Amino acid sequence: MITFEHVTKQYADGTVAIEDVSFTVEEGTTTVLVGPSGCGKTTTMKLVNRLEDPTEGTVYRDGTPLSEFDRIDLRRNTGYVIQEIGLFDHMTVGENIATVPRLNGWDEDEIDARIDELLELMDLPPESYREQHPPELSGGQRQRVGVARALASDPDVLLMDEPFGALDPITRESLQDEFLKIQAELDTTILFVTHSIDEALKMGDRIAIFDVGEVVQYDTPQAILDEPKNEFVEDFIGSDRPLKKLKVTQVEDVMSPPTEEVATAGGVADATAPVQSDGGSTVSPLEPTDTALSALSRLVASEDGRLPVVEDGDVVGTVSDEDIRRSNAGDKP
Amino acid sequence: MSDFVEGLIYLVENSDEVLYHFRGHLELVVVAELAALAFAIPASILAVRHDRIKKVVLGLGNVGQTIPTLAILALALPLLGLGFWPSILGLWAYAILPIIVNTVKGIENVDEEMVEAARGMGMTDWEILRSIQLPLALPVIFAGVRTSIVLVIGTAYLAMFIGGPGLGVMVVGGIQAYDWAQVIAGAIPGALLAIGADLSLSRIERYLGGDGGIDDTTVAA
Ligand SMILES: Nc1ncnc2c1ncn2[C@@H]1O[C@H](COP(=O)(O)OP(=O)(O)OP(=O)(O)O)[C@@H](O)[C@H]1O
Ligand SMILES: [Mg+2]
Repeated sequence: MITFEHVTKQYADGTVAIEDVSFTVEEGTTTVLVGPSGCGKTTTMKLVNRLEDPTEGTVYRDGTPLSEFDRIDLRRNTGYVIQEIGLFDHMTVGENIATVPRLNGWDEDEIDARIDELLELMDLPPESYREQHPPELSGGQRQRVGVARALASDPDVLLMDEPFGALDPITRESLQDEFLKIQAELDTTILFVTHSIDEALKMGDRIAIFDVGEVVQYDTPQAILDEPKNEFVEDFIGSDRPLKKLKVTQVEDVMSPPTEEVATAGGVADATAPVQSDGGSTVSPLEPTDTALSALSRLVASEDGRLPVVEDGDVVGTVSDEDIRRSNAGDKP
Repeated sequence: MSDFVEGLIYLVENSDEVLYHFRGHLELVVVAELAALAFAIPASILAVRHDRIKKVVLGLGNVGQTIPTLAILALALPLLGLGFWPSILGLWAYAILPIIVNTVKGIENVDEEMVEAARGMGMTDWEILRSIQLPLALPVIFAGVRTSIVLVIGTAYLAMFIGGPGLGVMVVGGIQAYDWAQVIAGAIPGALLAIGADLSLSRIERYLGGDGGIDDTTVAA
């Protein structure tokens, strides 16, 4: 758990990077710091591993003020993907990943095994990538190695400063998806920086929206979309707020109870079978964890006004565009 | 041209004498260069850390190069007298600047993001220096060492003016005696040594990842 309590950071040259910032990152969750360039996101992150110290206020790790930790120990137990990645060009990919385990005095055997494990996890086959040097890699591959290096000694806290920045949208999307899967298996507390609201909504359990030097709103993605605190947040989310909301809403939150009609007349067998969409491609049935957006897109493509939601072969509900519209308006069925 | 031929003949006929002075020359170069390395590398490392030390160190290095070596030799005279060690002092003063300039430049030019990443992962300053900055700066540092060695090989000819050893004894002695064959016989080994050192060191430099090109190093920072 990381706690910021009335934290202000003023640099030596007088720049106030953040002012009176307070928020808590719960154990094992991901908090995303999002905001325009220069608003103090990187600074906030650097306060967590004491690359910078606050001028006022306190940062706590599990209730203990950071000033009571040794900087070096603290950093060796905190994964950090810096904004520029900063892979060591003169070392191989394997050596890069081994950095923190070596500093922490692991056995070479353990380190070897860990390098392979992480490369597999990051979808970089060790046989081909272990001995490569960073300048030989593509941007996306470098970002993966950066993340692997930060995860290497299994830190309790992971700091990621725009880890998927500077990538083309497709690579970015796929890295995000992969990382969401990895994240589900880790019980790491993650602080994630981005300047993209879409990435924030996708990656965060909670989001802290920064305006210059201050946190304007700190909430769950859903709550931020439902009730943007002020105009700044509204502008930051953009005019397609309803669509963004559909992306963070799950089908199970909007569906109606199964109707007689679908459950019996259509038959469970029919409902669970892949349906043919207008475009001619087959679409598998909706699951409770699908996003409302994908439900809507299937509704649009299908001739039925109402689609069954299927879990483990049972119809557990139905969704119509009416249901979705209602949830977007704010009141749930 | 005939002087050159006579020089070669002299060289062959007096190979013992030439070899003796050559060895003296080499000793000057090796000792002065080692002493320069022993001072310049740690001084540069300190200089990178502290701006104030950097000014002092670069200033000293510049002074060492600007004051004519003969003047340094003369200044060393009352202090150390005549002979080998005062010569070393003069050559040392001359040799340190290129090493300092390149070591400072090499370390400072290491990508800031790599240093930042290393610090963020919990490396101490010393660990960052040893495993990030020095390895990455090595080709540049080595280029400075190469320049310095070639400079010292040439300058060591002056050592004889304060009683030092080396090929200068043959050259200056030859000039005084109007013995051109001896002058040339003394000049050739030094020239070959400089060229040979430069070529082989630039090969090593390229192996280390530098460009091994014509040096651009003595431009003061
Ligand atoms: N070391 C420093 N010394 C002085 N000012 C700094 C320093 N680091 C950052 N700043 C300033 O503090 C403010 C916040 O910088 P910070 O890097 O935290 O922003 P950021 O939100 O990460 O921006 P970006 O999205 O561009 O990465 C900026 O005005 C920046 O210029
Ligand atoms: Mg930043």
